[in-house]
Amino acid sequence: MYTQALNTAETDDRGLEDAGRAAQFQARIDAEERIEPNDWMPSAYRKTLTRQISQHAHSEIVGMLPEGNWITRAPTLRRKVALLAKVQDECGHGLYLYAAAETLGTSREELVDAMLAGKAKYSSIFNYPTLTWADIGTIGWLVDGAAIMNQIPLCRCSYGPYARAMIRVCKEESFHQRQGYEIMLTLCRGSDEQKAMAQDALNRWWWPVLMMFGPPDATSQHSDTSTKWKIKRFSNDELRQKFVDATVPQAQYLGLTIPDPGMTQDADGHWRYSEIDWTEFKQVLAGNGPCNRDRVAARRKAHEEGAWVREAAASYAAKRAQRQTAQAAE
Amino acid sequence: MPVANIQVSETPLVLYALRRADDALILGHRLSEWCGHAPMLEEDMALSNIALDLIGQARELYTYAAKAEGKDNDEDKLAYLRDVRQYRNLLLVEQPNGDFAQTLVRQFFYSAFADLYWRAMMASRDTTLAAIAAKSEKESAYHLRHASEWIIRLGDGTDESHARAQAAIDHLWAFTGEMFAVDEAERALIHAGIAVDPGTLRGRWLTTLSDVAGEATLALPQNDWMQQGGRVGRHSEHLGHLLSELQSMQRTFPGQTW
Repeated sequence: MYTQALNTAETDDRGLEDAGRAAQFQARIDAEERIEPNDWMPSAYRKTLTRQISQHAHSEIVGMLPEGNWITRAPTLRRKVALLAKVQDECGHGLYLYAAAETLGTSREELVDAMLAGKAKYSSIFNYPTLTWADIGTIGWLVDGAAIMNQIPLCRCSYGPYARAMIRVCKEESFHQRQGYEIMLTLCRGSDEQKAMAQDALNRWWWPVLMMFGPPDATSQHSDTSTKWKIKRFSNDELRQKFVDATVPQAQYLGLTIPDPGMTQDADGHWRYSEIDWTEFKQVLAGNGPCNRDRVAARRKAHEEGAWVREAAASYAAKRAQRQTAQAAE
Repeated sequence: MPVANIQVSETPLVLYALRRADDALILGHRLSEWCGHAPMLEEDMALSNIALDLIGQARELYTYAAKAEGKDNDEDKLAYLRDVRQYRNLLLVEQPNGDFAQTLVRQFFYSAFADLYWRAMMASRDTTLAAIAAKSEKESAYHLRHASEWIIRLGDGTDESHARAQAAIDHLWAFTGEMFAVDEAERALIHAGIAVDPGTLRGRWLTTLSDVAGEATLALPQNDWMQQGGRVGRHSEHLGHLLSELQSMQRTFPGQTW
């Protein structure tokens, strides 16, 4: 999902580590025990989780930008406060997730620097632009809906701090999803112009949202170890199908058409979607999505222009500590 | 065809509520511009929080203004369908964010005032305004603490942050006088015990400023030339741009439900 493109080759170096400990570790995982920060863990487990949690955190922070694009233009005061509170929630998720990642031994500064340098990924979905107000409804409905589909199993992830973070995050995401759907419902019950706006947004977001679940199982490289470690509980395709099955009736209720003329319902009730254009997905991951450059540039700008503020805070804190020490010595 | 701008019958009470609502909305809007772009994530959170409080205050005040007017207006019509000449906010709150120092100095000047003002307004004879004041005072106290802590950090931080904070103080100072001004419409409400005279708060406001500026090693300007006009709709050029963004949906798609 938010870590759909793990971007560092995974090396399984457990062979170099204590085989007994590794077996014990796996036994704890198999027994559904939670692994906590001070517990022994294979370095590949630590590395995978650091990457996954930090990419999730980056996604929350970069994800503030497309929606933040509409805070100053929200059509009513009620919508304005709801959107602002929502984007603020995303920021809270980011902070919370950076804190969870830090329990694995890498600082927030290092993790953020990697993202700003283009070395760490964030979810490809945030490289698409929000062009109309209906995009804000669609993001809540579909992007947050897809995130929930992926994150609910993560509430049972073997790593304790991540699992606990996900419980809280999922509660808020589910609120965001209902909020997004309610925006769509209002548009679809509105004027023809509003309904067209809603359909246009669905047309643009549908396929990129399906790509959020990551490459098809046949080509996914990371699932095996993640499954064994109980970081991942369902495959990309399983989650994608669950999402599609849940979403089609919601679109029908809105009176909107899913932009997939080839979609059919099979005998088991599953909605079978057409082939996804993975070329587009790869292009966006490679940095060629419509907003990749803008997103990273906006985060870099905030970081660079804020440097003097962070320096001032650090300098003041140091002076204060010095004064307190001097006072204590008197 | 829906009309472009609504007309508001500005009785003293309606005008009073609109002025405070416009202050809160415009400042809240300005702060919301930081969301996603602040110097650190903690400040993305804090500035959004303050913006949410202020826009919440604005909504209550607009709703009260609409009720006091007793016509067909509501919070959204008042916010989205008045043009720059009909806005009644202080010039201070419409000033652009500038750098982080300018945003925080603007917030400090306003919150130091709002905290005193709403506390005094809790004794208003108008029970709705007294209730709005009680909620706003709690929020303003936190806004003031947040801004004061930053003024001290910036003033007593690095040479650069000191210079930026001092420049922001010098730049924004001329917009502070308007907070304490009283016109005829407001005078009547003050006499009736509905509003408080902001002029009586200036001494304590200055004390708060001097205390914080002192700790921050910053200086308050000596000049007393003050810009005025916001309360009667004579704004800076900045407000029109803010409104064109804020109102763009309602102006582009008039009369629809969102």
